[in-house]
Amino acid sequence: MKILKTAAAAAVFVLAAQGAYAGATFDAVKAKGYVQCGVNTGLGGFSAPDDKGVWKGLDVDMCRAVAAAMFGDAGKFRLTPTTPQQRFTALQSGEIDILTRNTTQTLARDASLGLIGAGVNYYDGQGFIVTKKLGVKSAKELNGATVCVQPGTTTELNLADFFRANKMTFKPVVIEKMDEVVGAYASGRCDAYTTDISGLAATRATQLPNPDDHIILPEVISKEPLGPMVRQGDDQWLVLVRWALFAMIEAEELGVTSANVDEMLKSENPNIKRLLGVTPGMGKNLGVDEKWAYNIIKQVGNYGESFERNVGKGSPLKLERGVNALWTQGGLMYAWPVR
Amino acid sequence: MSSVSESLPPPTTATGPVAWVRDKLFSSPLNTVLTLLSVWLLLMTLPPLVEWGLINAHFTAATSAECRASPGACWAFIGQKYRFILFGIYPYDEQWRPLLAAIILTSLIVVSCMRRFWKPRLVGIWAVGLTLVGILMWGGVFGLTYVENTNWGGLPLTLILATFGVAFAFPLGVLLALGRRSRMPAIKTICVVYIELIRGVPLISLLFMSSVMLPLFLPEGFTIDKLLRAQIAIIMFAAAYIAEVVRGGLQAIPKGQYEGADSLGLSYWQKMGLVILPQALKIVIPPMVSLFIAVFKDTSLVVIIGIFDLMNATKTSLVDPAWRGFSIEAYLFISAIYFVFCYSMSKYSQQLEKQLATGHKR
Repeated sequence: MKILKTAAAAAVFVLAAQGAYAGATFDAVKAKGYVQCGVNTGLGGFSAPDDKGVWKGLDVDMCRAVAAAMFGDAGKFRLTPTTPQQRFTALQSGEIDILTRNTTQTLARDASLGLIGAGVNYYDGQGFIVTKKLGVKSAKELNGATVCVQPGTTTELNLADFFRANKMTFKPVVIEKMDEVVGAYASGRCDAYTTDISGLAATRATQLPNPDDHIILPEVISKEPLGPMVRQGDDQWLVLVRWALFAMIEAEELGVTSANVDEMLKSENPNIKRLLGVTPGMGKNLGVDEKWAYNIIKQVGNYGESFERNVGKGSPLKLERGVNALWTQGGLMYAWPVR
Repeated sequence: MSSVSESLPPPTTATGPVAWVRDKLFSSPLNTVLTLLSVWLLLMTLPPLVEWGLINAHFTAATSAECRASPGACWAFIGQKYRFILFGIYPYDEQWRPLLAAIILTSLIVVSCMRRFWKPRLVGIWAVGLTLVGILMWGGVFGLTYVENTNWGGLPLTLILATFGVAFAFPLGVLLALGRRSRMPAIKTICVVYIELIRGVPLISLLFMSSVMLPLFLPEGFTIDKLLRAQIAIIMFAAAYIAEVVRGGLQAIPKGQYEGADSLGLSYWQKMGLVILPQALKIVIPPMVSLFIAVFKDTSLVVIIGIFDLMNATKTSLVDPAWRGFSIEAYLFISAIYFVFCYSMSKYSQQLEKQLATGHKR
């Protein structure tokens, strides 16, 4: 018993020591010359290696943006593929500098892991897909339905919560493998299939034989704001990551793209001048080169470009911008002003 | 004098295909029923399989949509992805390096399997071979670009994990087995605790410990390489099992052998090395090889800590949105690879048993 207590105390001490570690990430990253990012081991559109083993996706672009801001070279990054179980430990222990792994920002994660969210680069949420033949227009009409779902605490939990809250019943068909669960839905074993809406859209576009026969119901039953996370304690690093993301969003709002960024250097718009470092100051505040945002936009692109290339129209996933559109177009993407 | 009459051929009912069929397939009512059942099963399963895998299959297709148009297998998927499956995220233009490394590793193993190479210089051959593999995989010298081991993947990685796993676990396991039978209480206790502790937990939990717990206990900024951690976990795990297999062999050696060696005045290590272990290890070839096969396949568990071995590379190739949903083809492809390696090991062990048989066999 005593041994157990000592071990527990030691564990608490080691975990607590993580929080005390402060200020060094920014300098350490600068010294080693590259950013180490934790990514998903394979999620199409967010972070996955292509045929040639080159990592691509929205989360990989986030990592490249930070590298571009820090070093002026979007290629100065290394990736560590992480599993859901490993991801927070990898960040806590210093194995990685940023976690860009489609991680949902929640209160518990922000407050109790010694980590902190640096922003949101994709707003996701759980939804339902059904066949048009079913004649259902809303998830509230799914009473008594058979629902295909992958095991995993939040997805299953949200599903049960939603049905309980609406006083409806459902029969879950729980299947672990992605291909099999989609197969079960496609073969009609379930009336509906539930997962994050980005996943539903991707499934409809790439795996169902007749995409037009299926509709994604309008209800979003959970909020899944996905974004980069960093360790608590180095605020300079947090600020840099946050503003690398904001720079991409701001650039889209200002109409600055990777194609026209050089012309935009001559722009008279004071917002653009500040963003691109023509009016100096912002880079100095962040502790990086004044061309930080220029380098991000030139080498990675603005948020819209990254979105379309990885998950939007230019990708096999063909996701709509939806809530991920700019706030000026009815979405949630809103960068704080660069000034 | 009587001339030797020409010998008559045996009756046709005793030789030839008809007799063979009667003898092997229809020798009793039960066998007849079993034969018919087997034929029926083959008729039910083979034609659809051939239709799916060959007749309706797509061997070349530019996009997955072409594949989906017909119900057959989509081997074009393998054509598109085989380099990723075999080499993972290793830089594409440099993939001749892991290919060569895999060939060198395989040849090293094959050479070590031939008895005429069982000489001290085998150690030298391995040293040279492994240096070459290291140079090829890491690079950084002779104009080869440096490739971090986090970018290694696919078949070479599986081979590396399995080869080093077995190569280091085997001597460790033998020592543990000897230690467990030692009369010295401290050594015996350490060995028993180690073996029982490791055997008491699944490999997955060891891998988790090494990749999730260990980093938290190390000082900040000091990280042990992820691949090395997994490799050590595999070695520790395999060693515990090898120890118990070897102990079984040690117990099968009659007491007279130990006493005979003692009466010759051999020291402990001479006794074990020259008399006991050669006999004991020979006895345990079959369970040892099944253990090696298990270790080879268990390396695929590194999937859970995000290392791109053959299995994980395959799983990752399946998430490409442009080529989703061809998991059967992909898994059949790597099953074939795993099968070739495991079956060769099994065949070799049978051969080795025959060569080393010196009358113990009953």
